[in-house]
Amino acid sequence: MHIEVRNLNKNFGDFHAVKDVSFEIEKGHLIGLLGPSGGGKTSILRMLAGLESPSSGDIIFHGKRVNDLPPQERGIGFVFQNYALFKHMTVYDNIAFGLKVKKQSKEQIRERVMYLVELTGLKGFEHRYAHQLSGGQRQRVAFARALAPEPQLLLLDEPFAAIDAKIRTELRTWLKEMIERVGITSIFVTHDQEEAIEVADEIMIISKGKLEQKGSPWDIYKNPETPFVASFIGESTIVDNISQLKGFEDAASRPGTKALIRPEYIEIGKPGEIRLASATLPGKVKHLHFRGSEWMVELLVGDTKLITYRSLEKEVLHPGDDVSVLVHRAYLFNDNDSWIAENTLKVDPMPIHI
Amino acid sequence: MMRRLWITLTYIVFGLLLIAPLIKIFTGSWAEGWNGFIEGITRPQSLHALMMTGIIVVVVTVLNTVFGIMLAMYLVRAEWIGRRIKRLLNSLVDLPFAVSPVIGGLMIVLMLGPNTIIGTMFEDAGIKIVYALPGMILATLFVTFPLMVREVMPVLQEIGAQQEEAASTLGAYSWYTFWKVTWPSIRWGVIYGVVLTVARSLGEFGAVLVVSGNIMNKTQTATTLVYQDVENFNVVAANGVALVLAAFSVGLLLLMEWAKKRKEVH
Repeated sequence: MHIEVRNLNKNFGDFHAVKDVSFEIEKGHLIGLLGPSGGGKTSILRMLAGLESPSSGDIIFHGKRVNDLPPQERGIGFVFQNYALFKHMTVYDNIAFGLKVKKQSKEQIRERVMYLVELTGLKGFEHRYAHQLSGGQRQRVAFARALAPEPQLLLLDEPFAAIDAKIRTELRTWLKEMIERVGITSIFVTHDQEEAIEVADEIMIISKGKLEQKGSPWDIYKNPETPFVASFIGESTIVDNISQLKGFEDAASRPGTKALIRPEYIEIGKPGEIRLASATLPGKVKHLHFRGSEWMVELLVGDTKLITYRSLEKEVLHPGDDVSVLVHRAYLFNDNDSWIAENTLKVDPMPIHI
Repeated sequence: MMRRLWITLTYIVFGLLLIAPLIKIFTGSWAEGWNGFIEGITRPQSLHALMMTGIIVVVVTVLNTVFGIMLAMYLVRAEWIGRRIKRLLNSLVDLPFAVSPVIGGLMIVLMLGPNTIIGTMFEDAGIKIVYALPGMILATLFVTFPLMVREVMPVLQEIGAQQEEAASTLGAYSWYTFWKVTWPSIRWGVIYGVVLTVARSLGEFGAVLVVSGNIMNKTQTATTLVYQDVENFNVVAANGVALVLAAFSVGLLLLMEWAKKRKEVH
């Protein structure tokens, strides 16, 4: 289903939960609504489902405005955060609910339910009740139940939040595969960026009720459009005093400009280890943290603190060691503007041009 | 030693307050043998009073169940009622607990009695409210109203709205959702509320006495008949009717224990 949302607003009393959000979603895409908790993601999802009515704005499915349609007539499937399974019904009856409402024949219902039971790997559990299932199984039931009446749009509210970290990754892959197989347009809400990046075709970053950016995960990582997106996706440190960074002097001339630097933008080495010595800064190792597959290094350059990672293969550093620091690139922003800058000394090594 | 003493004392108080009166009612109703008992409860006024009580119990329980569940649903679920109004309604529900039943009955007389505007209007239409069955039902409804609401509300709050929302996204409208999703979750709470309502309307005295005028063979209920028999020193008959009420109450108590157990399970 093709979905369009125009200037959507939602107020809860004095609280402006969703602010002028507009977007379009292609048929068959899997979209992640990502952002901090309480940012309005769930409100957007509930408005799409018809469980909440917008204060203003239009919701358009297939070119038809659906604002005034109740949830019963929108042709959507909804998976709730805590699954909201009907607790006095068996797995079979839960999945069959939407079909019974449609007054399908017993045979049709049986066939569809058994197909979904098989598809979601719940075979043998049809006669169990929700409290006799594990978290992962409950989620599968909720998923099968939502899919049973063949909706045009699947909405999932924090589908993995209530599941153990270990099974979560497994279920993520499963869900992505499942949705691709069924070919249904889907939107899921999450506050976990790793989850969004892994599962979604496209991510919409929502913060404080505003849509900050929409794009593929790679796009959002590479070209963040707002400082919020830059700091929310990936790890980063904000540097207030950029004049201390070598190679970014151009930016330092613009007043109020700050830099956001990701660990992977930084290279460190013992003095002499980095070839482009002219572009490096002297720094000191402040702390080392072992992170399983690599070292996390806290550096001090002047009075600026930076964070980077260092391979376990390289020579082990110790707190207090002097190192050379090369900042490859930085995400720069001030009140009016934001842009990505490469280290000028690195791009344009002077000796060659002379 | 002290503990023993306290336990014994508790048993004595318990026995004196609960067991002794029951035994007294039992022996009292049999003081003139089987025939005395049968005669006491088959007098025309006894049969009429028991019938009145029966009608009141049935009508009040049905009305209280329907409106109690509805009000509980609105107070917990309805979003179109403002939070302040909800809070006000919520505290109003408890009013009958706080007000003495006699005062409750009096309010009905003052509002709907034969000398009031509304009362005359109804009388002109041929409907008698006060000193008749409708008034007695109203009075009993007033007294029992909080029972159902207070049983169902916490259950509704606990199960939350999500299952109902899920049903709506699956295409079910409110009536279907209520019977298939909400009702199975609240039914034990409702049964518990029904038992409490029956017990309370069975034993209601003060409000009914004020509203009914206690006219024999007309507006007399079982409890007000017992009261009149005692006044008239007709102790055997009073004990007989009381025993019928007591037997009912014990039965209800057992039913209530069973419902409570089921409620905890679900």
